Amino acid sequence: MKTAVLVFPGSNCDHDAYHALKHVVGIDAEFVWHKRSSLEGFDAVVIPGGFTYGDYLRTGAMAKLSPVMGAVRRFAEGGGPVIGICNGFQILLEAGLLPGAMIVNDSLRFVCDYVHLRAGTDRTPFTRGIPEGTILKIPVAHYQGNYYADEETLSSLEERGQVVFRYCDPHGNVTRESNPNGSARNIAGICNEAGNVLGMMPHPERCAEEAMGSADGRRLFDAMVAWLGERTA
Amino acid sequence: MKAKIYVTLKRGVLDPQGKAIRASLSHLGIDGVEDVRVGKFMEITLKEIGAEEARRRLDEACRRLLANTVIEEYRIEIGGQG
Repeated sequence: MKTAVLVFPGSNCDHDAYHALKHVVGIDAEFVWHKRSSLEGFDAVVIPGGFTYGDYLRTGAMAKLSPVMGAVRRFAEGGGPVIGICNGFQILLEAGLLPGAMIVNDSLRFVCDYVHLRAGTDRTPFTRGIPEGTILKIPVAHYQGNYYADEETLSSLEERGQVVFRYCDPHGNVTRESNPNGSARNIAGICNEAGNVLGMMPHPERCAEEAMGSADGRRLFDAMVAWLGERTA
Repeated sequence: MKAKIYVTLKRGVLDPQGKAIRASLSHLGIDGVEDVRVGKFMEITLKEIGAEEARRRLDEACRRLLANTVIEEYRIEIGGQG
């Protein structure tokens, strides 16, 4: 069982993701440079956070054109689990692998803080065993995390069970005050229709150990390992 | 030949920067500003390929990279004073 951690020019959470996978969860992980055009031999893909290409033009706009993204598309179409975290989420949006777009936070400030998330579905490989309504404490760190999609798309996401995480208060109430960036309907993470591609602004790789203030992020990677185990069994 | 491309957020997409700038203008005592929309302006220099072909290529460039049509709209101006 091997996970690819993609590395673009400007990725900066790649080592955190690698550490969480390899040293905390204990599965094989390997850095994959964005010029590579094959993901053969990998069972899961992590697109980590950062500022790929300096966020030139738009966040993720340049990275979506890297050769590895063609491989990610094929991997996703084949049902393989893909998680895009923060800038990784932005890249998935720009690549059209997930619907919607990101605009700047409504506060016009970079937000770097622990937030609470309310889980919306356990049908993704990363939320298997994390039932709807579960509250997770995971940090965010971004300037452009204000999720936007038109009303029709938002309703379709809800109807099809594609809203994976919403910002909430510590008790699980989805409120305006608990929304750190102005995201439509408090959306913090969504998946594709098939459920195997997840994009989320919060950083599970930054809170996979208690020493980090929360170990809730580890649950997503544990879920992924269990899901992969079931699939190969 | 020269071309200009203007990329702006669609009407209906919140523009927090535009709102902040409008408020700042008001603080400066510059009144009467009803709305500000912040966008991008790109100046492109092309080989002499003809206006029609230039527009076709730039339209593709906008759709595939220069604008994100989920949130943005674009306008292309071909020619004019460089």
